[in-house]
Amino acid sequence: MAETLIAADAVVKKFGKITAVDGITFKVDRGEIFAFLGPNGAGKSTTIKMMTTMLRPTSGKLTLNGFDVTKDQDAARQAFGIVFQDPSLDEELSAYENMYLHATLYQVPKVERQARIQELLELVELWKRKDSMVKTFSGGMRRRLEIARGLLHEPKILFLDEPTLGLDTQTRNLMWEYVRRLSKEKGMTIFFTTHYLDEAEDVADRIAIIDHGKIVATGTTPELAKQTGTKNLESAYLKLTGETLRDEAEMGNNDGLNARMARRNQSLR
Amino acid sequence: MDIVYVLWLRQVYRYTRSGSRILGTLGQPLLLMLALGYGIGAIYRRAGEGNYLNFLVPGIITQTVLLSAVFWGIIILMDKRFGFLSELLVAPVKRRTILLGSALGGATISIIQGLLVFLIALIFGFRPHDWLLVLPAFGVLVFMSLALTSFGAGIASMVDDFQGFQGINNLLVMPLFFLSSALYPLEHVPTVLRIISTINPVSYMVDALRSLLVNQSHFGLGKDLAVISVAFVVCATFAVNRFNRIQM
Repeated sequence: MAETLIAADAVVKKFGKITAVDGITFKVDRGEIFAFLGPNGAGKSTTIKMMTTMLRPTSGKLTLNGFDVTKDQDAARQAFGIVFQDPSLDEELSAYENMYLHATLYQVPKVERQARIQELLELVELWKRKDSMVKTFSGGMRRRLEIARGLLHEPKILFLDEPTLGLDTQTRNLMWEYVRRLSKEKGMTIFFTTHYLDEAEDVADRIAIIDHGKIVATGTTPELAKQTGTKNLESAYLKLTGETLRDEAEMGNNDGLNARMARRNQSLR
Repeated sequence: MDIVYVLWLRQVYRYTRSGSRILGTLGQPLLLMLALGYGIGAIYRRAGEGNYLNFLVPGIITQTVLLSAVFWGIIILMDKRFGFLSELLVAPVKRRTILLGSALGGATISIIQGLLVFLIALIFGFRPHDWLLVLPAFGVLVFMSLALTSFGAGIASMVDDFQGFQGINNLLVMPLFFLSSALYPLEHVPTVLRIISTINPVSYMVDALRSLLVNQSHFGLGKDLAVISVAFVVCATFAVNRFNRIQM
C-alpha cells in the first residue's frame, strides 16, 4: 500500500457566514503529482493556505506526512516547501542571502548550508547571479529562485500555487520538467494548482476539480473524461464547473470567494 | 538564536544598503537643530533660560528614535504586502521569534540613528554635562528604541495599506513629539499642555536623556525610568499580540 503524504478529511473553512471550503476530502500518496483545478474563487487558495498552516480550518482534519497541521504545526511545516502564488522573496537581499535566510529558518545544519545552496542555485541556473539583488531579477528568475528555495530543506511535499502564472513557455517547460524529475527521482510529492488545463493534463498523475468549495470530481484525465462522458480534460472541466464566469469577491452567495476579500467585506459590515 | 541573528542581520543589511534611507531620516533632525536650535535659541537665551541647543538635543534624539522606529514598521507592512511575510510565517519558527529578530534589527537601526544625531549635535556645539553619564544615556537610548520599535511593529501589524500607515504616522507620531517635553520646558507652559505632556510617555524618554546629558530634569530620573519600563512592557505586549493576529 502506498504511503499517504497529504490527507484531508471533511475540511471546512468558513469566513463568518460564508463557507469558502465545504467539507473536502482527498488523499495524495508519496511520489504522486496531484493537481487542483477550479474556477477563480472555487476554494483552491484557501485550501492551500490551510494545508500550509497559514489559515486554520474551521473543522475537519488535515495531515501532512502524518502531522496534523494545527496540532503539530512545526513538524507539518518542516514537511513541505511552497512556491506561493505571489512573489515572496526579499528584493533587497541577494539570491544567496534569500537562500541562506531560508536555510536558517528551517535549521538546515550549518555545515551543509553552503553546499546545498550552491547545488540548488546551480540546478535552477542562478549560481552565477547569486550575489545579485533579487530586485534586479526577471519574473522567471524569481520563480526559479523560489523553487530552489522551496527545496532547500528537502521537503517531502512541494506545494506550487499557480507557479507558472506570468512565465514564458521556455521557463514553464523547464519548470515542469524539473518537477517531474523531483517526483520520479526523489519520490517527492507534488501538489499544484493551475488555471492551465494542458499543464494539469501533461504533468499531473491525478487531478481534483473543485468548485463552490467542494471537490466535484477526482481522477486521472481518462477517468475524468469517462465520468463526465466527454473526450478530454477541458470538456470534462467545463461540464463540471459550467461555462459561466466567476466573480471572485461576489457576496451573498457561495459563489467565488477570495479569502482576503471575503474577510475584508465581512469586517466592513 | 541563529534564527534571531539572521532576522536581525536582514534588517541591518537593508538599512546599511539604503543610503537614501540613512540620509532621509537624518534630514529632519538636522533641520530641527538648525531652525530651532539656532533660530529660537537666540530668543530663549534672551529670556534668560540659558542654552537652548543643550535643552533641545535630547528632544531631537528622542524624535529621531521615535520616527525611525515607527517608520521601520513599514518593513513589516511591506513584507505583508509584497509577500515575504508568507515565507516567514510558514517556516517552522514561532511568530514570537520572527518578531523578536526583526524588532531587534529595527531597534538597532534606531539606536544608530540616535547616535548619529548625537554626533551631529556635537558638531553643532552641543556638549554633554558629564561625559561619564553618556554611557547610561546610551542605555536609555537602547531601552526606548526597543519600546518604540515594538510600538511601530504593533501598529504596522494592524494596518493593511500604506495610506493607513501614513495616517497613523500623522495622527500619532507628530502629536507624541510636539506634545511632549521635547521642544519646550514644561515649567512655564499652559496647564492643558502640561497635562497632555505629562501623560505622554515620550516626555519621560526626553526627560531621562536630558537629565543624564545636560543635568536638567522635570520629572526626576527615577520616575522617567519607571515610565520607560512600563512603556516598554506595554508596547512589547501590544506588538506580540498584534503580530500573532496577522492573517495572510
